[in-house]
Amino acid sequence: MTRSALPGLAIATAVLIAGLLLAFTVGRYPVSLADLLNVLSAKLTGQTTEASPAVQNVILQVRGPRVLAAALVGAALAVAGTAFQGLFRNPLVSPDILGASSGAALGAVIGIFFSLGVVAIQAFAFVGGLLAVAAVYVIGSAVRARDPILVLVLTGVVVGALLGAGVGLVKYLADPYNQLPAMTFWLLGSLAAANVSDLLPLFGPVALGSIVLLALRWRMNVMSLPEEEARSLGVATGPLRIVIVAAATLTTSASVATAGIIGWVGLVVPHLARSLVGPDFARLLPTAAILGGGYLLVIDTLARTVAEVEIPLGILTAVVGTPFFIWLLASMQRTWS
Amino acid sequence: MNIQAHDLTIGYPDRTVGRGLDVIVSTGEVLALLGPNGGGKTTLLKTLLGLLKPKAGEVRLAEKPLDAYSTRERARVIAYVPQVHISTFAFTVETVVLMGRTAHGSLFSRPSAQDRAVAHAALERFGIAALADRPYTMISGGERQLVLLARALAQEPQFIVLDEPTASLDFGNQGKVMNEIRALAKSGHGVLFTTHDPNHALRAADRAYLLRDGTRIADGPVASVLNREQLEALYQATVECLTDPDRGAVAFLPG
Repeated sequence: MTRSALPGLAIATAVLIAGLLLAFTVGRYPVSLADLLNVLSAKLTGQTTEASPAVQNVILQVRGPRVLAAALVGAALAVAGTAFQGLFRNPLVSPDILGASSGAALGAVIGIFFSLGVVAIQAFAFVGGLLAVAAVYVIGSAVRARDPILVLVLTGVVVGALLGAGVGLVKYLADPYNQLPAMTFWLLGSLAAANVSDLLPLFGPVALGSIVLLALRWRMNVMSLPEEEARSLGVATGPLRIVIVAAATLTTSASVATAGIIGWVGLVVPHLARSLVGPDFARLLPTAAILGGGYLLVIDTLARTVAEVEIPLGILTAVVGTPFFIWLLASMQRTWS
Repeated sequence: MNIQAHDLTIGYPDRTVGRGLDVIVSTGEVLALLGPNGGGKTTLLKTLLGLLKPKAGEVRLAEKPLDAYSTRERARVIAYVPQVHISTFAFTVETVVLMGRTAHGSLFSRPSAQDRAVAHAALERFGIAALADRPYTMISGGERQLVLLARALAQEPQFIVLDEPTASLDFGNQGKVMNEIRALAKSGHGVLFTTHDPNHALRAADRAYLLRDGTRIADGPVASVLNREQLEALYQATVECLTDPDRGAVAFLPG
């Protein structure tokens, strides 16, 4: 890494650390910084701690899994967004673009409709996301056109609309007293129900997808050039695009399966990360992952503290993301072209 | 070594652009491709680069069918300099030139120290080493063209194919790019470029290939192919030819 990457990475790391401290200490049961450090270091070294059992319980059982889940989901969405933006050569796209989120949403509401267990609902969401992207991909490749990327994006929009209609239908048919609130809650995104058993099914796919993307970091730089230019530089764009889309969809689906639909993170965070360390994926991917974790920790802490009732995450990320998007549109010329 | 096409039919799935085209480009020579807009220049270029499959006929590179090369193998023999564009992301000039090294590394690798040395040598050659850390999006059009040339050189190819290398450049930079094209041939590269200006072909090319409505109307040494009659037939427009009485050099004016 050259000199210009380190300050940006340091800022992203500072945001993550601030997010972690905030998420652990702030809430209905405030925890002091000393207690937090005490309990965590005792946990790590296997010693006993003087902190009260209630404090230990809040840190390790109540907030711990939720904090880890928030950091992982934020990182996953940011990494997927970074990959999609590079692949589609457009800083305004996000992981929702290929139908991953809407496919996962339909899978989840179907799971809720049939009153399945939590694990089965997550599995449905996951499979729904992957199937949606596969469908978009197959249809997109079947349509022969000069600009395959544009066709792919438009197919994603169309398939997403159809899946949205499917979600509407399931909600319409659902039991309005039990199922509908659960579906609505899930579609708005929340980490309130995150527990220890969620962490492994979340961590596995996110780690796998991120490692694949990181391994392809240089090829991804070249892939952000126009298609024919990338091919003339020796990159087999067709197969590589499938691998990148699959890896990014894997991380997106895993996070949607855990936390529901949380929009805008995959759009906002990659852009912030790019302004910190530039567009080279070797630096951009790790920075986006770290920053995305910190960002969602801050948002999730706000979600559970600013009001008497918990605010769904998707609403808060939209409140932050929409003005950001408009600002981005307005300043596009200046910042990236 | 040469790129050779025989009885080529070029075009897209839904339409044919040109037929019966024979082309040859050898290392050490410069071939200029001229013709009116929509005549098939870009389609022919993309077919020779292997970016577009011929509808009939075959392109051979060093006696082997172009199809038989993988994308990566091809990129180590032929480099492509597209028309100057503005990229989406603000990569540094150094990163853009390093992208020329992609075909020399493996799927997961980053550019090595040696790749960096090659990239810097290419930047030095075109006199733009000072731009290395600048964002590619923040330099002038002429500088961008030189950066893309440096990237092509960093590919260490035998052939360099340029699509309208002078199109968006000011007068001075046009001359500079023409000189660099000549220098590339001198260092043993085969160069193919398209242009709208016959004077550029006269100045930089050994041979000219005139393409109209997807048909070759002439192919030969610039001095014999580029004359008033041929150019008027090529563009279906009047052309004036000026001759320097002392040196015998010619130049063409449209209209």
